[in-house]
Parts: sequence; structure tokens; C-alpha cells
Amino acid sequence: MAETKVARSKWPAGLRIIVATLLATAFFLLVSEYRARAADPPGAECLACHGDKTMTTTRAGKTVSLYVDGKKFATSVHGSFGCTGCHADLEGKDFPHETPAPVKCGTCHSTEQEQHDRSLHGKAIARGDALAPHCVNCHGNHDIVPVKDPRSAVAPLKVPFVCGQCHREGTAVSRNREIAQNNILENYSESIHGEALLKKGLAVAPNCATCHTAHLILPHTDPASSINRRNIAATCTKCHSQIETVHRKIIRGELWEKRANVLPACPDCHQPHKVRNVFYEQGMANADCMRCHANEKLRRARDGQSMYVSVGEVSHSRHNKIACSQCHSEVNASHVRPCETITHGVDCSSCHDEIGKQYVASIHGQLNGKNDPNAPTCKECHGTHGILGKQDPQSATFATNVPGLCARCHREGQKAAVRYTGTQHEIITNYTESIHGTLLKNGLTVTATCTSCHTAHQILPRTDPASSVNANNVPDTCGRCHHGIEEQFENSIHAKRVSGFSKPLPVCNDCHTAHAIHRTDENSFRLNVMATCGRCHEKIAETYFDTYHGKVSKLGYTKAAKCYDCHGAHDVLAVTDPRSHLSRANVAGTCGKCHAGATRRFAGYLTHATHHDPRKYPFLFYTFWGMTALLLVTFVVGGAHTLLWLPRAFQMRQELRAAEAKFAAEFGTPASNDKSNSKESPDA
Amino acid sequence: MPKGEIAKRQFVRFSRLQRTLHICMIVSFMCLALTGLTLKFSYTKWAAVLSHLLGGFENAGYIHRSAAVIMFGVFITHLVDLYKLKKREHSSWFSLILGPGSMVPNRRDLTELVGTLKWFVGRGERPAYGRWTYWEKFDYFAVFWGIAVIGSTGLTLWFPVFFTRFIPGSFLNVATIIHSDEALLATGFIFTVHFFNTHLRPEKFPMDITVFTGRMPLEELERDKPREYEALVAAGQLEEKMEEAYQPIVIRTIRAFAWAALTVGFFIVLWIIYAMLFSYR
Repeated sequence: MAETKVARSKWPAGLRIIVATLLATAFFLLVSEYRARAADPPGAECLACHGDKTMTTTRAGKTVSLYVDGKKFATSVHGSFGCTGCHADLEGKDFPHETPAPVKCGTCHSTEQEQHDRSLHGKAIARGDALAPHCVNCHGNHDIVPVKDPRSAVAPLKVPFVCGQCHREGTAVSRNREIAQNNILENYSESIHGEALLKKGLAVAPNCATCHTAHLILPHTDPASSINRRNIAATCTKCHSQIETVHRKIIRGELWEKRANVLPACPDCHQPHKVRNVFYEQGMANADCMRCHANEKLRRARDGQSMYVSVGEVSHSRHNKIACSQCHSEVNASHVRPCETITHGVDCSSCHDEIGKQYVASIHGQLNGKNDPNAPTCKECHGTHGILGKQDPQSATFATNVPGLCARCHREGQKAAVRYTGTQHEIITNYTESIHGTLLKNGLTVTATCTSCHTAHQILPRTDPASSVNANNVPDTCGRCHHGIEEQFENSIHAKRVSGFSKPLPVCNDCHTAHAIHRTDENSFRLNVMATCGRCHEKIAETYFDTYHGKVSKLGYTKAAKCYDCHGAHDVLAVTDPRSHLSRANVAGTCGKCHAGATRRFAGYLTHATHHDPRKYPFLFYTFWGMTALLLVTFVVGGAHTLLWLPRAFQMRQELRAAEAKFAAEFGTPASNDKSNSKESPDA
Repeated sequence: MPKGEIAKRQFVRFSRLQRTLHICMIVSFMCLALTGLTLKFSYTKWAAVLSHLLGGFENAGYIHRSAAVIMFGVFITHLVDLYKLKKREHSSWFSLILGPGSMVPNRRDLTELVGTLKWFVGRGERPAYGRWTYWEKFDYFAVFWGIAVIGSTGLTLWFPVFFTRFIPGSFLNVATIIHSDEALLATGFIFTVHFFNTHLRPEKFPMDITVFTGRMPLEELERDKPREYEALVAAGQLEEKMEEAYQPIVIRTIRAFAWAALTVGFFIVLWIIYAMLFSYR
């Protein structure tokens, strides 16, 4: 603006343009000259010789070009450092200088150098391996540009080729060094990762360095390796961070990292370098296992146990989509026999984590923890390769099969029953004949089986407070099905909450038994309930048998009122409680259930009265003894009369016989003829 | 048998109705005793077995009440019969009660009781008994007493809802004790003292079937009821009270029945003794 003001005032327009152009050009030249002069000192001197494309030397009999592209060097990331920035040993040397020492990148790149030294590449160099790669083999020398520059030799898209220089078929490395994998570059390029990177140009797709790291490349056997079994999950989840949510909910990512030994590692299924988003037919796949295990004669050398696996059985099982190696983890794909590295049995809890925890806490798991040979593990109940879901009627854990399953050990005489010291015997027989067992036999799968009460995996002895069949938990356990009953029970005098008793109160099984549960309208239950209640209510149950209801019950009459007909069953309350069936307001109605038209006065009948208690029932006591006295007097008098009579009666009998004999002697006819109507002949 | 004709004519002691009533009484009494005692001694194994044999307790209850109805029927029929007897042979109730054939104990019975006791201990001759001895009269009124006591309490227990409109419920407990203990007295007395006095005493052993046939040999009347015999001879009424004896087949049937009744009674007594001695509560 200042320029235009000046021009307008004094110079003609054309001159002004010429002068401005000249000035601008002079300025530009000045600047560029300055820049040229400033860049000149670091390399110009060297490039005077090395800028000649024909400059060569002979090393070990080979002609080596000593040409350095000055332009490329100048634009490289190291361009500003000059030649002696790296070739420090040539600083101040006279020309022609000696062969320079190898460049030490680690002088600046100490971290990378340190990693490289620890890596298998670095160790190979230390060993003097001529094939070992140095920095320049990957990064180049005078033309190094930042990694993010697409021209970089180690730009993501180029990494496979950089590595592939050595790691592809036919190279000296692949021929002369032991590399576990084959066709690495080809496989990678066909994998989902390679496809994304190389064919679709997706620079974030993993290249070799993403998994193997750039500098700290270690064999997978090294615990520090990014591809070691222990670390591979962490490596993969750098990208696949949410894999467990899309993979299988119960496999938690943390398990992969924390307990990698119990889980198949990523590459067990997803072959390294060949990963596809489909399931794999090769490597750790079932087909590989079945090459040996399909043989029916296959036996374990150690103990001769059959190692045969039926393909048909697996294919019909619930785990038919699960690969062998997912359960039989610890397999190592790099071995000819991948299974030879297996040291542990199948751990189902690696997937069924919650159930596994329950099992470990259960009595079965506790025994297993003590290495008890009787302890059942998962497979004892669920089977192995042919495992089926509990909804499958063929499954051993299907409701109708559960009692038979538990019976294998818990039937009388079997290993669990033998070691059992409690009160429950003939468990299986009793259950089978019980109402639950009968219903199950009739095909009602929702009825209670063993696991309904004892749980499937949290089985604990009833003495354990955490047990589902502990006395404190029984109402809840039964109440899961019999909810209405539980509600009544929890409001009854038998509930601790209501009575506040500290002594043990009855729960469901105390009256209904644990395994021999029968319908309560069955005769056996109705007739035994007095003995049941009598276990605690000793006296009142005894005096019940002194009155009508009790006496006829004793004779097997089921219709007469039993304890719970009057007191209520699950809603039993103290008779003083207004809500009780026997309260002042309710008693007549309760009696009226059987005795139509019963009144309050009728209910005055003493159903537990005894005539042996003069204080509680004086009028019964005295009535009884009054009657007894009457009996005694009558029998004593009558008896004495009879006894006194006896001698005379015998005397009369003798006289009578004598008379008859005399009569017969006189008339020649037995007198008995005359008396035949009244008694048998004594002579007969 | 030339003497057969005469010998087979026997003295008629009981009327046809009286005999029928006694049989009905036996049947109902046995039923009542068996079914009732199973309840009284419900705590013995025997009771459970018997109850089962009777078709379960419920059935036993029906038998008991049916038998009770028969017993009431017997009782009422007898009362009606008494009324007819009074109309036929007596001018007034007074005459019936104080007459020579009366069942009501009187001064002479007391004398005979004393005389009998003396005879027992060898201090005198056997008293000349009349138509009814004092122990027969005792048995007769024992039934009256029994029917009154057991019958009334039994009815109360049969219809408790009705009766508790008038009496407290706890009276049912009292009624139960009275009913069962009085029944024990009745069965115990009948099956021991009555059985002995009438059937088992050595000169009658094993039984006296007069109450079933209604007839007794004249010699027996002469020996056992000398006063009645003499009175009849003096009044010249003996011949009109004589009738022909029953055919042997009838006698055999009667004996079979009597044997059954005696056996049942005997076992009931054993059961009572067993229950009282070994498992009373």
C-alpha cells in the first residue's frame, strides 16, 4: 500500500512494475543464495565426490557404488545433520578417507537400538549371523523419511515387503534359518489383515510390526514376546478390544490375559498370518485332532485309556460348534502333535466361569479339591464329547434323568451313600415313590428333582449355612415352587420371625420328610401326622389319643380330625392368636368343617383331655375313678360270690352224676335222654 | 323208648318273645362290645386288627349304632311286653311288681342271699329258690341300669351337635368315660359272672340253653326252682305249662349259636384282661 502511494505520486506505471519485479527477483535470489550457502557445509564437501554416480569401490572382491543422492539426502529426515552427523568417524579426515565404520543409529535412537539388541535380530547380529538384519536393511540409509511419510520404507503398506525381503519362500533366511511358519508373506497377503492393508489400502490394518513389534521382535517361546501365549491376547486386543462381547459373552477378556493357560489363545483358532473372519479348517482345527483321535484303537500310552473321539457324538453335542482346542487348551500349533503340550485336563470354568466357582464351593468341588477319588467333576454328570443341554430329553441332566444320574453315586450301597453318615437313607427309592418322583415318572418335568432342592452346582450338606437344604433355607427352597405355602408358613407360629423362639423350629422337611414326600391327603400321611407333630408336641399328641379323634385315628380312620385339620397346616398359630383356626371366634367354624351345625358350646369338647390329670381335668379324673370304683366293687362282689359258689357247684355236679348213674342202673336207660335238652350228657 | 313221650314234655320257662329278645340282645350286645372295645382299647394291636376285620373303623361305627338301635328295640319291646303282661295277668302295676313272678327284689331275696352264703360256707341247706333267684334279678336290673347309663351317654355321643345345645361340650368327655367304663362293666360282668352263674358252673357246664329253647326238664325245675315247682303242683297248673321238647336238629343249632356266643364272650374277656394288664393307659 505504501508502494502504490509512492508510485501514484511520482513514477509512471510501467516503470513501477519493472522496478518491483527486479526488486522481488533480487530478494528471491538473495534468499535462495543464502539458503544454498547455509546448506552447503554439512554435505557439499562429501557430495563433491559421492555425488558422482560412477564412484565405486571394491569390497571383498565386489564392486560397490559409493554414490549418494544428494537431493534425497537433503530431503531425508537426517538431511540437516550432514554426513558426519552419522559418519562421525570421518569428521576432519583427509580425502580420500578410509572405509567408514558402520553407522551407530543407537547414538540417537537409543531405545530402538536397545530393543533391537534384545530382539532375535539383534542377537543374530551379536552371533555374527551374516543374514541378520541391521537398521539399514529395513529403514534404508541416506533416504530415511518419517514413518508417516508414504515414501518411508517402513510405512505400514510397505512393512510386509520389508519383512518379506527375508521372510518369504526362497530367501536365504527361509532356507537356512528355522522359521516355524511357512509362506508367511503369501498367507498374510491373503489373510483378512493383509487384504485390508494391501488390497484395500487400509493403513491401520495390522502389518507385521503391529503384532511382532518393530524392533523387539522375539520368538513366540520367549515370555516377553508380544506373540507369546501369555501376551498374544493383549496384543490382539490392542485392536480387538471388544472381542469378548462379539465373540462369546462368557469368555471374559481379562481371562485371556490373566489365565491364558486355561484358555485357547487367539492363534489357536485364528492361525497366525492366516486369520479370516470364518472358522478355520486348518491348524488347530478339529480335523487335525481327528487325524489321530478318529482311530477307535487309539490308546493313551500312560494307562491304556481309549483316546478315541466319536465324530458323530461331538457333532450331535451341544458343543458341536466348539473346536477341540477350545476345551483342550494348552495345545501348541507349532508342534507336530499340538496336544503334546497339554498338561491339564479340560477346565470347563474357562467358559462356564460362574458355574465353575459354584462347583468349587460345593461339596463335590471341595472333595475334588482334596483329590478325593469319589468326587464328581463336570464330566461325571455332563459327559464329555457328547455333552447335551439340560433341555434335551436325551441329556443326562434332563429333568427326568436327574434322579438316575444322582443315583449312580447316591443309591444305597454306591460310593456316595456308603460314606454318608446322616439320617437320609434309601434316598432314590424314597424319591421315586414320593409325589415328586411320581409326577416326574408321569413326565411332569417341572416337578422337583434332586437339583431343584439341592441345586445343580452349589450342592452343600444341610449343615452348611449356605446350603439350599439348610434348615434356615428350606422354606425358601421349597417356596420357589410352593410359594403360596411358604407365605402362609412364614406367618405361622413355626416361623422364627413370628414365634421368636430360639430353639429349632420345624421346616418343611420335618413334617413332609425330605425325600419320601407324599400327598398329604394320603392315608399314610394323615395317620402319621400325630407322630410327626408329637416329635415336638409330645404331651399334647399323646393326650390326643385319649379322646375320640385320636382313638379312631389309631384304628386307621383317616377322616377323623388330625392335628392340622383343627390347628391348620402351614398357617398354624397359637390358639390364643385371634387369627388361629381355634381362636374363640373361629373355633366353631373349624369344628363345623366336619360337624355341621357345631356351636361354640360344642367346641367345648376337650380334644386333648385325659382322665389322668386331676388338676387340669378334675371332673374327668373323678368320673373315671368313680366308674372304676363301681367296676371294682361289682367285680369283687360278683367274683367273690362266684368263687364261694364253686365248691358247692362241684358237689352238686357229683351228686347229680351219682343220681344219674343210679337212675340208669334202675331203669337200664341213661338218664341223659331226659336231660338232653338242657345240657350235654356227662357220660357222653 | 316208652318213657320218651313223657320225658320229652318239658316245663316252659320263657315265652317265645322273651327267647327272641334274648337272642337279639346277645347279637346286639356282642356287636356293641366288639366294636366298642376296639375303640376303648384302640392302643392295642388287637383293636387295629379287629377294626380292620370289621371293615374299618367307619364300618365298625355303623355296626355299633345299628346294634344300639336293636338293643333299644329289645328294651322297648320288653317294656311293651311287661305292659301286656300287666294287662293280661295283673290288676295293677302294684300287683305285677309284688306278685310271685315279679323280677323286683324283695325281702325273701335277701333271706335267700343270706341262706345261699350260709350254704356256700357249709352253714346250712341250699335255699329253696323261687321262679327268679336273686342273682337272676340282679342280672335283669343290671341290664336296665346298663341300658339307661350306656344308652343315654351313647345317644349323647351319637348326636353331639344336638346335645351340646343343652349341655357343655366337655360333658361329652365325661359321657365318653361313663359310656366306655360302664360298657366295660357290662361286658366284664356278663362274660364272667353271668356266664358262670348261668352256664359254666359245674352242674350246668358247659351251658344252659333254657333261655333259647324256653323249656327245661321238670326234674331241673324241681331241683333248681323248688318253690315254683311246689307252687305249681299245689295249684295244679304244672301240666298246662308243659310242652314238647324241640327236635335234636333245633337243639344242635341252638348249641352252635350258644357256643359261638360263649366263645366270643370268652375271647373278649381275655382281650379285656390283656389290655388292662399289659397296655392300659
